[in-house]
Amino acid sequence: MSGKFRPAWWVITTGAVFGVLFALLIKLGNPPNMGVCAICFLRDTAGALGLHTINKLSYIRPEIIGFILGSTIIALITREFKATGGSSPLLRFIIGIFVTIGALVFLGCPIRMLGRIAGGDWTALEGLLGLVSGIYVGTQFLKAGFNLGRMQVLPGSNGWVMPVIALGLLILFLTRPDFIVLKGTHAPLIISLIAGLILGGLANRSRFCTIGGIRDLILMADTYLLQGIAALLISAFILNLILGQFHPGRFFIAHTDFIWNFAGMFLAGLGLVMLGGCPFRQMVMSGYGNTDAGITVLGMLFGAGVAHNFKLVASPAGVPNNGKAAVIIGIIILVVLGFTNRKFDNRG
Amino acid sequence: MAKEIDVRGLSCPLPVMLVKKAIDAGEVEIKVITNDSAAVSNVQRLGKNRGFRVEVDKDDDNIILLLKR
Repeated sequence: MSGKFRPAWWVITTGAVFGVLFALLIKLGNPPNMGVCAICFLRDTAGALGLHTINKLSYIRPEIIGFILGSTIIALITREFKATGGSSPLLRFIIGIFVTIGALVFLGCPIRMLGRIAGGDWTALEGLLGLVSGIYVGTQFLKAGFNLGRMQVLPGSNGWVMPVIALGLLILFLTRPDFIVLKGTHAPLIISLIAGLILGGLANRSRFCTIGGIRDLILMADTYLLQGIAALLISAFILNLILGQFHPGRFFIAHTDFIWNFAGMFLAGLGLVMLGGCPFRQMVMSGYGNTDAGITVLGMLFGAGVAHNFKLVASPAGVPNNGKAAVIIGIIILVVLGFTNRKFDNRG
Repeated sequence: MAKEIDVRGLSCPLPVMLVKKAIDAGEVEIKVITNDSAAVSNVQRLGKNRGFRVEVDKDDDNIILLLKR
């Protein structure tokens, strides 16, 4: 916007707190360079619910419950809780699946990608290059008129589905029925939950979004959301230094295959522009009644199960052929959607 | 006569893109109808950065933004 820089304190605060909590949660037990990862945490939650069967990647992540409910609480206080939806829900579900596959071939959502960079994992820069490229292609579709249709106001109960699911997950965590698997490495429940609530609440006000930050810069030279990304990177880097977690050139739960780091995040970036926000942002939106975001989160949860059951997910050893094929199929499908969903308007 | 843009139900960043398109086309008075608080602050920011005065008006269901140069 005519290049003027205005500091956006809400979004900077959200990003800075995000960076601090990202590093602290690693110190307190979350996996290395994975203080927060929206997609990996959905994957762990999918495992806990039996949607895949890898026990060490199975854990109901309290951070996710917090993202959703933190947003719900703030929306109720500000009276902005409103049930909306109906903007191509099934397409959003499918795009959510492919975004998850792309992110799991890279091994991280955009937030973990930033956290990996802040921990000295330079392979994440390959993912960043792919993400920015995917977002760029997505913005070209937007400019050409791509959209998923208008959402409508819905009966109020619709808006409560995701908050109630989040509450249900918390009850399952606390009561631990024998069909729930809780095995992944993790920070203490109460700390993870409070961290999630704080981030969900802050992001509800600031609309912090990693995809939006890069998208708005490309599309409109608007740096509002980008300031949050910068704050996250800087604060996570500083905290990692203080906590002895900055290891330049080393990587954890990641791989060095440039092409598939790039392609995985290209797929994720393209899909997330079509969906209108990063996986974390989808959870925050689902918390204040946006059922389109809710169905997207459920698509991501389902996609995480699919990704592991079909053996698509990368490991430090590299990317399996099934995963490479799935990324190519995903990119083809999203490009077809980009060309076919243009100039549509369901107004009135 | 203000150019009227209905962005109700459109998700980010389409509301801002449509308003920006109108500004780039030389409109000096734009009325934006929305029902989404994110769109309100995004459109306000765009308008102010482009030298518009922005008035915000609410009725039961919608929020009306009036951008005037």
